[in-house]
Amino acid sequence: MRYLPKSDDERREMLAELGLESLDDLYAHLPEEVLLREPLKLGPGKSEYEITDYFRRLSGRNVAGRPCFLGAGAYCHYRPVLVDVLVGRGEFLTAYTPYQAEISQGTLMTIFEFQTMLCQLTGMEVANASVYDGSTAVPEAVQMARRITRRDRVVVANTVHPEYRQVLETYARHQGLETAVTGYVRDTGMADLEEIERETDERTAAVLIQSPNFFGVVEDVRQAAEIAHAKGALLIVVFTEPVAYGVLEPPRQADIVAGELQSFAIAPSYGGPYAGVIATRQKYIRQLPGRLVGRTKDIEGRGAYCLTLTTREQHIRREKATSNICTNQALVALMATIFMTVYGKRGLRELAEQNLAKAHYLAGKVPQKFFGPFFNEFVAHSAVRKPAEVNARLMERGIVGGLPLGRFYPELEDCLLLCATEMARREDMDAVAEAILGR
Amino acid sequence: MIKKARQHVSQNESLIFERSSPGKRAYQLPPLDVPAVDPKDALGAGNVREEIGGFPEVSEVEVVRHFTRLSTYNYAIDHGMYPLGSCTMKYNPRVNEAVAALEGLRWIHPYQPDESVQGALEVIAALENALCEITGMDAVTLQPAAGAHGELTGMLLVRAALEAEGRPRRVVLVPDSAHGTNPASVAMAGYQVRNIASNEKGMVDLAALEAAVDEDTAALMVTNPNTLGVFEENIVAVARILHAKGALLYMDGANMNALAGISRPGEFGVDVMHLNLHKTFSTPHGGGGPGSGPVAVKKRLEPFLPLPRLVNEEAGWRWDYGRPQSIGRVRAFYGNFGVLVRALAYILAHGGEGLRRATLDAILNAVYVRKKLEPYYELPHKAPTMHECVFSDARQAGRGVRTMDIAKRLIDYGFHPYTVSFPLIVKGAIMIEPTETESKQELDLFIDAMISIAREAEENPELVKGAPHMTRIRRVDEVTAARKPVVRWTREEEK
Ligand SMILES: Cc1ncc(COP(=O)(O)O)c(C=O)c1O
Repeated sequence: MRYLPKSDDERREMLAELGLESLDDLYAHLPEEVLLREPLKLGPGKSEYEITDYFRRLSGRNVAGRPCFLGAGAYCHYRPVLVDVLVGRGEFLTAYTPYQAEISQGTLMTIFEFQTMLCQLTGMEVANASVYDGSTAVPEAVQMARRITRRDRVVVANTVHPEYRQVLETYARHQGLETAVTGYVRDTGMADLEEIERETDERTAAVLIQSPNFFGVVEDVRQAAEIAHAKGALLIVVFTEPVAYGVLEPPRQADIVAGELQSFAIAPSYGGPYAGVIATRQKYIRQLPGRLVGRTKDIEGRGAYCLTLTTREQHIRREKATSNICTNQALVALMATIFMTVYGKRGLRELAEQNLAKAHYLAGKVPQKFFGPFFNEFVAHSAVRKPAEVNARLMERGIVGGLPLGRFYPELEDCLLLCATEMARREDMDAVAEAILGR
Repeated sequence: MIKKARQHVSQNESLIFERSSPGKRAYQLPPLDVPAVDPKDALGAGNVREEIGGFPEVSEVEVVRHFTRLSTYNYAIDHGMYPLGSCTMKYNPRVNEAVAALEGLRWIHPYQPDESVQGALEVIAALENALCEITGMDAVTLQPAAGAHGELTGMLLVRAALEAEGRPRRVVLVPDSAHGTNPASVAMAGYQVRNIASNEKGMVDLAALEAAVDEDTAALMVTNPNTLGVFEENIVAVARILHAKGALLYMDGANMNALAGISRPGEFGVDVMHLNLHKTFSTPHGGGGPGSGPVAVKKRLEPFLPLPRLVNEEAGWRWDYGRPQSIGRVRAFYGNFGVLVRALAYILAHGGEGLRRATLDAILNAVYVRKKLEPYYELPHKAPTMHECVFSDARQAGRGVRTMDIAKRLIDYGFHPYTVSFPLIVKGAIMIEPTETESKQELDLFIDAMISIAREAEENPELVKGAPHMTRIRRVDEVTAARKPVVRWTREEEK
């Protein structure tokens, strides 16, 4: 076994020091009844060549790297080369959580930069060091709102990603949380704020919306905030497409922002690993789940960084912790940090404007279901051909089409959610339009 | 004498914001092939933001130097032994990275039709099978993102199964040696935590367990080998006691590196367990993640596994959402797929016999370290060691030297510290997990360092208490950091 760095002589030498004869003596104290009865049926160990060959063959059975018009929580953006070069450094890749500050300043500083950039991006005052993904950020944010307000009800717009809502449902079921799900306005595709207002009462901990929402439509965050705040509830704004915030006003009126950073140089990778984040106002910092890095000094007065406010966390507070999260998505968050650094202030704006232009070009060629403002995703009405048929035709031309919405919204059975990022080429968009229009 | 390390020059580097200067750039976009759109027209003037205040503007070479320099401030498994107990810091094979980066595995969207991702689904199926074989369990979900997420999923499964049989019950028993995520996950699943004290061997106390289990007990959450690195010798009896009262046995499989290939939890009474692919199966920790925490169950719990489930039909693999008894979704999409690819590559590289050999070497290393250090450090629990051993600072404490001091002094000797102050049942714990991927030379250096520090604690305790001495920064003030938290850079702060 090539990963085991000992010769048999060395093993024998070590065993001799222990007064043992064979490696099997090492577990001779285990009760007979727990021992493996026959060897594991996993075949012999494979060489590096066999392993790469195996995965190459499997990867060849996936349709990959084609023009792709899917969004819906995972976006096909260009990944700058520097990202893999830098996260591939063993010092980042093979380190543990930075418990020992003196030999972890690299990780700690990059997390501090991450937290800072997320504040700058979202308009919040503090951000944590990441959570598993956008979907699990949602129940964490809701739990946070419950602790802050001491209320147990949440009003959720059904324009929040359906799978995120399902995750909230799973978490909430046994935590005594009551959820009210509200609809959307039929012609704009925006959350129905009148219904949200009716549902929001003095028992409501939070109103939860997503912007841009699942249909790609930009929500009225200001008004949602007014509605929530009028009843003493918090506003939680979820995002799945952070590139939007290169051009879109961030949800400054929110109390908690919870989102997914996959768009920031994290490969679609069939759904993970991604990185979620929770940002909030300074006054709620002690209710944040997950790791936080803070600035401090060492005993000689030099600037330094360390994990901080750890008394919120499970290893200290155990069952009373703000969350059970321990390992998060550090390396993936580092990809996002490098991405934000590469593009920077102007680049992210320019990138966002390209997304806007591409999606509006495509939208201009097909019937749109909603007229609310959108960023790089929108709902197309596919009246001539069924969405599945559109996608099948596109696949024949080597193009991955959009998401048929009937799966999540039965009333939108003849609709496709289409996303066009900076990687969408004009001729492919023309092909998508043709397929939808039945030409 | 410090043999493994010596000081060398490292570059100073500020936060990226301080390198920023308007007009510098590290990107270039291709020309637009469609008409530009005025954001104000598309989004409405009120929806368009001003520039992102404070966001960096730097050049490409500065990006490379910035992150490269910062990286050099880290210690990593690639540098040397990282004996962080309970964390299984083993070598991360690079072929795993190479296959996870194949475009055909990395550049696929989670909403592509099943027929266009058969290769990816095959990876998932193959890993599910392998983990069933290794654990002796009947079914696996690969969706949880880390160990703690797996614990929550497992507890929700316990609840669903008991509910289906009548009532979910209210209490989950957790030994006092458990990791902090255990009680936290139990609470998140809506259960009450009841701690049970370990016996003098550091194991679950059968009498205490028998007294604690009643009709309201949903499960016991046990780590095996436990956090002392000791195999629960009565595990079969523990399972019997629980099952007799209709309760379930949950196993935290964080320490599976001691068992793979020699013992299977499914055969000693475990009903549900999680694994940490970022420990036992070598996927890199990445400075704190990503991980993956698959949950393995016995047949009885299978109907409740999270949505969706992978099924095999004539046309190939397909996701199945029609599981009325499922606990629902625990995350979007299907799990940390990229981590799953790496774990499968690891398992393939070993095969069944290789996994067993790895386990044996992991135990050999831990037992060897224990034997060599026992003359110098207090070993509070004497039961046989599996993959890790736990000493205490009792002998050094008399000179005012505590476990954290010894840990910090190890840094000067060129090692990452062991796990400090955990498990909580050992006062001043020194928790050492070498893993199988340390050579005898590296282990001997580590042992020499620990012995040398024990001597220093006698002869010159201040040297140890002031450590580390050779790092870029000395010990940091965590108290002030927490009292007045500064968790982001601002321009004012720099002035
Ligand atoms: C014994 C034990 N249980 C659970 C966990 C939690 O795992 P994770 O950090 O992947 O959530 C850990 C790891 O830190 C552990 O050591």
